[in-house]
Amino acid sequence: MKCRKCGVVAVINMRQHKLALCAEHYAEWVPAQVQKTIHKYQMFTPQDRVLIAVSGGKDSLALWDILLRLGYHADGLYLGLGIDGGIGYSDESHRKCETFLKSFKASANEGIGNSSNLEVPTQDPVVADSWSPKLHTLSIPDTYGESIPGVAQRVRRGRGKPCSVCGLIKRHEMNRLAYELGFSVLATGHNLDDEAAVLFGNTMTWQVGYLARQGPVLPEGDGFARKVKPLCRLYEREMAAYCLVRGIDYIYEECPYSYGATSIAHKELLAELERKSPGAKQNFYLSFLKAREDGFLNENRDLSLQLHDCQRCGQPTTAPGLCAFCRLWVNVEKCT
Amino acid sequence: MPKIIYRDKEWEVPTNITVRDAIIKGGLNPETVLATRHGKLITEDTHLKAADLVKLIAVISGG
Repeated sequence: MKCRKCGVVAVINMRQHKLALCAEHYAEWVPAQVQKTIHKYQMFTPQDRVLIAVSGGKDSLALWDILLRLGYHADGLYLGLGIDGGIGYSDESHRKCETFLKSFKASANEGIGNSSNLEVPTQDPVVADSWSPKLHTLSIPDTYGESIPGVAQRVRRGRGKPCSVCGLIKRHEMNRLAYELGFSVLATGHNLDDEAAVLFGNTMTWQVGYLARQGPVLPEGDGFARKVKPLCRLYEREMAAYCLVRGIDYIYEECPYSYGATSIAHKELLAELERKSPGAKQNFYLSFLKAREDGFLNENRDLSLQLHDCQRCGQPTTAPGLCAFCRLWVNVEKCT
Repeated sequence: MPKIIYRDKEWEVPTNITVRDAIIKGGLNPETVLATRHGKLITEDTHLKAADLVKLIAVISGG
């Protein structure tokens, strides 16, 4: 198979786009697609300071690489969850983030793989030339005195698996830190497969409220930072391929607690559909966004949330009194 | 014969088979993996030679 742009041997064939590309053109094509997504959904501008939630995995490190190559001022935020799983999972994923940043800076200094190689228009600098990306790190066990698996063992919410507790704590801390560190936008590495799997799960149970709020952008306001998903139109497979082509060393091991996760089962089902019908995942997600944009979910419904300030941390919550994050830690304290 | 490696599993496939068929022969969905040879990505229509060693990389992650 040959690259459509230059005719040399292709390294990837994207059946849903009927497009095969060589390594060089693929490394340019991905950032161009992300730039289009940022523009289409008005996610952010060169004037924004973007905080990327990085986990050491392929998606978040690819996103950081892409935004930096596009010329955006994007820092990373790593939350240490205290997960070991016999493989030192959290320590290793933190190391991957640090190594990425070090390598990117070294390449940028040598002029390798930086924005000048891209065909897409890059952004004008909006901060001093001395700006360079940083990795902000917060350890949950050091800050709150307990790891995520430790919290999950103590409270009802975490019984069985810590994923629910983990999601709650990450969402709370990412929002808090985006505000405290002065970032206008919080970006996550959710790809199209992640979004399609969530959509599938919510559609199976017709969670209309969740469906109404699922989108590439969650606007800022009421104590929430703006949240964006610039990779939402790219397949997970494409992100792994981007990391390989760009030489990004990501943590290959799964989180030890993710085995048997419902989201993986949904992704496998959707992958079967994709195998038989190329573009099925993309059609499922993008046609949902179109229907949502056309008001399909808002007819005769008031889906707006009544928000209150949490009495303990001050962040917005749907329940009066304490938010779910603070209720969780109160329960942990009671069990200590 | 060409050899395919995926996590802790290995299998041999007939010479000249395509990468896509070699993946399916191992009971995997080609949509869920990437194929590499000598650390470089190869497309699914690549025909494998006798001495080829192909490493598959899982792309689905959870959480």
